[in-house]
Amino acid sequence: MPRQIIEPQYRVEYLSILDPDCQLDAELEPGLDDDTLKRFYRTMLLARRFDEFQLKLQHQGRLGTFAPSSGQEAAQLGAAAALRKEDWVVPSFRELAAYLWRGAKLDQILLYFDGYNEGADPGKGARDLPTAIPVATQIPHAVGLAYAARYQGRDDVALVFFGDGATSEGDFHEGLNFAGVFAAPTIFLCQNNQWAISVPREHQSHSKTLAQKALAYGIPGVQVDGNDVLAVYQATREAVERARKGEGPTLIECITYRLAAHTTADDPKRYRTPEEEEAWKKCDPLRRFRHYLGGKGLLDDAAVEAMEKEIAEEMKQAWNSAGERMAALTDPITIFDHQFAEMPAYLNEQREAFIAHHRGNRKDKDG
Amino acid sequence: MAKLTMVEALNLALRQEMGKDQSVVVLGEDVGVDGGVFRVTERLYKEYGEKRAIDTPLAESAIVGIAIGMAINGLRPVSEIQFSGFSYLALTQLESHAARMRWRSRGRFTVPLVVRMPYGGGVHALEHHSESKEVFFSHIPGLKCVIPSSPRNARALLVSAIRDPDPVVFMEPKALYRAFREEVPEEEETLPLGKSQRVREGGDITLISYGAMLRRTLEAAEQLAKEDGVEAEVIDLLTLSPLDDALFSESVRNTGRAVIVHEAQRSFGAAGEIIARLVERAFFYLEAPIERVTGYDVTVPYFAHEQDYLPDVPRILAAARKALSE
Repeated sequence: MPRQIIEPQYRVEYLSILDPDCQLDAELEPGLDDDTLKRFYRTMLLARRFDEFQLKLQHQGRLGTFAPSSGQEAAQLGAAAALRKEDWVVPSFRELAAYLWRGAKLDQILLYFDGYNEGADPGKGARDLPTAIPVATQIPHAVGLAYAARYQGRDDVALVFFGDGATSEGDFHEGLNFAGVFAAPTIFLCQNNQWAISVPREHQSHSKTLAQKALAYGIPGVQVDGNDVLAVYQATREAVERARKGEGPTLIECITYRLAAHTTADDPKRYRTPEEEEAWKKCDPLRRFRHYLGGKGLLDDAAVEAMEKEIAEEMKQAWNSAGERMAALTDPITIFDHQFAEMPAYLNEQREAFIAHHRGNRKDKDG
Repeated sequence: MAKLTMVEALNLALRQEMGKDQSVVVLGEDVGVDGGVFRVTERLYKEYGEKRAIDTPLAESAIVGIAIGMAINGLRPVSEIQFSGFSYLALTQLESHAARMRWRSRGRFTVPLVVRMPYGGGVHALEHHSESKEVFFSHIPGLKCVIPSSPRNARALLVSAIRDPDPVVFMEPKALYRAFREEVPEEEETLPLGKSQRVREGGDITLISYGAMLRRTLEAAEQLAKEDGVEAEVIDLLTLSPLDDALFSESVRNTGRAVIVHEAQRSFGAAGEIIARLVERAFFYLEAPIERVTGYDVTVPYFAHEQDYLPDVPRILAAARKALSE
């Protein structure tokens, strides 16, 4: 028997609707209404400005470490906007634009990054899991959420965000593998922002694209211009439709770029060039989308200026509100909350000791 | 009442809970068609179908990680890790997510998950099949760690674990899987998690143990009565975390002497924590230094010398006699 070649039939589709030069492929336009398009822009602008606002606060020592999202707004928003409210969103730690689209409150986010556990409260009835920091570990959760939805006879889907670095982790493989086997309605949304802190994309995997990793799991994989909100929206919408119909999961690789540092504790100058950053700034998702909306007569300079003013005011109010909430959250006894449904006796004892200790301290100070 | 092995008793708990509650599903390697390598999940596939007795790919992290997602979205998954020696691949999911989700989300998302795993030595198994790492899980806030010691309490505790609103690591002493039979009622029976039991009364010394070592501890207690005329009180912990320190502290305040027996390695083991609690709660009642009989601080040997590693009745007797001699 001669050796035979098994050639998997596979191609990776690349989707771009509004290219970096703002050229539109009108055939592929998703047909969103004007109001939705305007809301897309406003949310992306809010995400960008809030990112800058937080960076300023962080530099002033008024906010803790956070992971800026500037440059990735289209990838996040386009994906989130293709979902229904009842669908699940499983974030990693850099999904500001998606949070905002899903209705997150700015003061809540500030509370989180100022180190208050209350800031991670997703709110009643929310279907957005809290931030997951260990890379890729949230991926299996989305598969479980999706499996459960299907088991219960609902057509909700789960969308999970992760980065290019996460595709090297075991949980990425396990999650996609399970989802393929069980046809779990999951959308794996990879924001390939080119850098996992200092490690470039080509060191993360020898694979030509990350999207092609889907081949191994027998599921569709698509690469998308991640700075083109229309393309991300369209690709996600198609994946969601397939998932809802019971046709299983999809891997979407969004080609994007982290314009700022990995987190506020990182200095990208150590590992990448200003030329590279400049080149990517030309692909800015906001600039491109604004041009598109301008061309449609939906957005002019005056409208943007009005938005900017509104957003500045919104952020100011959020900071005030966060300040008020933090001022009210002085009682450290809350560190014992939510550990178990019912507090075990030994933990209650520690809690009582904590109260006694703090009362003593306060008396010492007062005395 | 039927006399069941621990495997049959665990199976009864799963069958009945799945029958009662549509949200209970089991998942793991070989748990479906094969009924589990130890047969704990036997017939579940036949009775409840592939969507509820889920044969998964071979991946421990996902077996727990996916169950976390299921639990958040309304199911009550029971994950099986085929042997506890492979559970470390899922430790991130347990520590970083299952144990924290309620806390992190301020009570909005909860993880009513059970992770079952056979653990412990004494069955002539290969490497990685004989460890007793309950302390890995007991050290994690937000996680419960339950270890039965007989068919009847295994069944009752597993039912409680499945109904518990928080994640439970349920460690099954595989040396007891088929070691003996016990009458297990067909009708529902539960035992509260976080509560230990006095399984033998006595006023001279307190012996504290759990899991497979409980049998040897009870044997030692009988021998002490016969040979030394000493009545030992024996406490079965049943839950390692949250640890019920009330019952054993009360017992030691009464007897003044204590021996703790477990097969896990000695250093930083459960006995260390139990002794600390006794120092806090019964120090002035102690008549003698507290003894511990444990595995040695070595990697569990291959099975030719496994029994030399595990605590046995003579070692328990020697420790008890030492505590009694002071």
